[in-house]
Amino acid sequence: MNKIAKLFVTFISAITLALVSFTSSFAKVEGEYIVLGSAISLTGKYSSNGVHTQNGYNMAVDRINKMGGVEVQGKKYKFEIIYYDDESNPKRAAQLAERLIKQDGVHYMLGPYSSGLTKAIAPVTEKYKIPMVEANGASRSLFTKGYKYLFAVLSPANQYLEVAIDLAVEKNGGKGVKIAQAFEQDAFSQDVRLGILDAAKRTGSEIIIDDKLPKELNDMAATLAKVKAVKPDVLVVSGHTKGALTAIRQISEMKVDVPMLAMTHCDAAKLSKQHGKKSEFALCASQWHKNLSYKDKFFGSGKKYAKDFQKEFGYDPPYQSAESSAALLVFKDAFERANSFDRDAVRDALVDTEMQTFYGNIKFGPGGQNVAKPMILFQVRCKGDDCENRVVAPTKWASDKFYHPIPKWSDRS
Amino acid sequence: MDFLIFKAPMLMVQASLDGILLGILFALIAYGMALQWGVMNIINIAQGDLVILGGYIAYTIYLWGIHPAWGVIISPIIMFFVGWALYKLVINKVVDRDLFISILATFGIAIVFQQLMNFIFGADVVVAQSEYGTTMLFDNSVTLPNSKIFSAFISVLYAIALVIYMRKSKLGRAIRATAQNARAAKILGVDTEKVYAATFGINAALCGIAGALISITLTLHPYVGLPYTVRSFMIVIVAGLGNLPAVAVSGMGLGLFEEFADYILGTEFRIGAVFLLLVLILVYRRFKLSKKREYLK
Repeated sequence: MNKIAKLFVTFISAITLALVSFTSSFAKVEGEYIVLGSAISLTGKYSSNGVHTQNGYNMAVDRINKMGGVEVQGKKYKFEIIYYDDESNPKRAAQLAERLIKQDGVHYMLGPYSSGLTKAIAPVTEKYKIPMVEANGASRSLFTKGYKYLFAVLSPANQYLEVAIDLAVEKNGGKGVKIAQAFEQDAFSQDVRLGILDAAKRTGSEIIIDDKLPKELNDMAATLAKVKAVKPDVLVVSGHTKGALTAIRQISEMKVDVPMLAMTHCDAAKLSKQHGKKSEFALCASQWHKNLSYKDKFFGSGKKYAKDFQKEFGYDPPYQSAESSAALLVFKDAFERANSFDRDAVRDALVDTEMQTFYGNIKFGPGGQNVAKPMILFQVRCKGDDCENRVVAPTKWASDKFYHPIPKWSDRS
Repeated sequence: MDFLIFKAPMLMVQASLDGILLGILFALIAYGMALQWGVMNIINIAQGDLVILGGYIAYTIYLWGIHPAWGVIISPIIMFFVGWALYKLVINKVVDRDLFISILATFGIAIVFQQLMNFIFGADVVVAQSEYGTTMLFDNSVTLPNSKIFSAFISVLYAIALVIYMRKSKLGRAIRATAQNARAAKILGVDTEKVYAATFGINAALCGIAGALISITLTLHPYVGLPYTVRSFMIVIVAGLGNLPAVAVSGMGLGLFEEFADYILGTEFRIGAVFLLLVLILVYRRFKLSKKREYLK
């Protein structure tokens, strides 16, 4: 090889090297793409909700890209997401967040599924000052740590069932009620419990049973037998899908009569489908329902979103998907207002977010939680064997009247 | 601590009945474990996951529109072959080895089963509906789901059938002979390889029955197998190997213990109490053994 050829090879390799380092250091925006990163549970125990989350993200990316993308400094960009499977494992999620940031050069993150995993990732994004918009971590403790780069489009967990206690008190003529409650021992459910404790204090209600359900449990017969013995005005259960399904199964089998039953995770558990009529009158907390009248220009209304989602993925969207789609709308809005790809500028724009999406109004409180959207309650109602969820609170969005008290089992056919 | 149960005698009745019915189901799973532990000297960590797989089989036929109670016949047949295959693939390689190796191997099987079930059936919690209704006693103050009564009845039925089979049939005699002394059985013409495979298959079949019963009484999820393994391990530890009446009594005892722990200590300590009891029993056994000189090595 002569000298000139050697020089040429060196020159070419130098240029290639420079190009490689150039593209990786600007990996946050590659050509016309804004690259977002997300660790998500595609396998393991959260895999079904992980997939709902991913579908929600993908649906919004497609829609935003199709409708012109994101305009920053007069140029149109499209969204692209790098996904990694965190195997429903918090340690793995934290590792993957590091990898997304350090190796893939991602500068903007979307949240994983569940409070536990969000808690694992948040310290990492905070360390590298990466803005993260998350849609599936509702635990109150996420918003009390003073995180500056974490933004959640959903209402915090302690608000889930507070409304239910207010409703019970209202039905009791404004007087305090007797509450029996059973909560799983995980971050999310314990936060729901704190909300109930606050509500009880505020309304002068009394908590007469306060059981904690272990994670492995699928039998709550003892709790329910106690409920039968002490006759509370309202029974509150929160233990993810397992808690909801176990509760309805055993309440119906043990013929436990309570005037009001409030739960979480009814739609994720497909309660009305799996238990049919037995689940009738159960009151369920939800972040979103397709019948709400919020609107935006990307998805139109909730009903339209549900229709499009059904067409694309073949099932009715659970709220996990809707809130995930909303996270992308928030990012788009923030990029355009920041008119820059500077992380801190985007972060500052996120702080000032105030918008309406099909999922609800979004405005972030000082801790990063969404303070503009109330939780809703729906009640399972059946016609024959056909059961559906109808919104009963808050009254502004209610499509149906709240049925109270629940008829006794002896009177139910 | 909650002493509500002592104030309301009906709760005591409720707790006892719930405990006994549940305990009988546990005893069936433990019986399978005792059988293959006794014959093959293998502690099967995947026991609970076999139970859950059996439950998913029943749930699948329920989705096809067949009443899930048929699961107690279909599920054990399928599970027998699953057990047989599992033996041929993995267990026969660890059967004469150190106990630790078999624990590791079955632990591996447990993880693979969990992931496979998650992959095939999804991570959602599911239930099958038996629509059996409820038996009400003492003016509706004690309620017994008929599905629980059904599951206890089926468990007893299968246990009795198995005992008779072990006594009367040729395979049963071969299994008992192998359990007593594998080498002697082999010399006398028993195909121990086949006996081992059949034993593991029978154990899996028992798990299949239990799983089908759990699908109509409790809930199914790919990752809830471990508590069933621990419970059956514990029942076997207390009852000893090859002692069926003791397994039954110890199963019901555990069911009662769990229910009462739930009422008195609180639901959060229910499974914890089982683990604690396990540790106490192991320590007690160790203590008793150390008193006997012949066990000292």
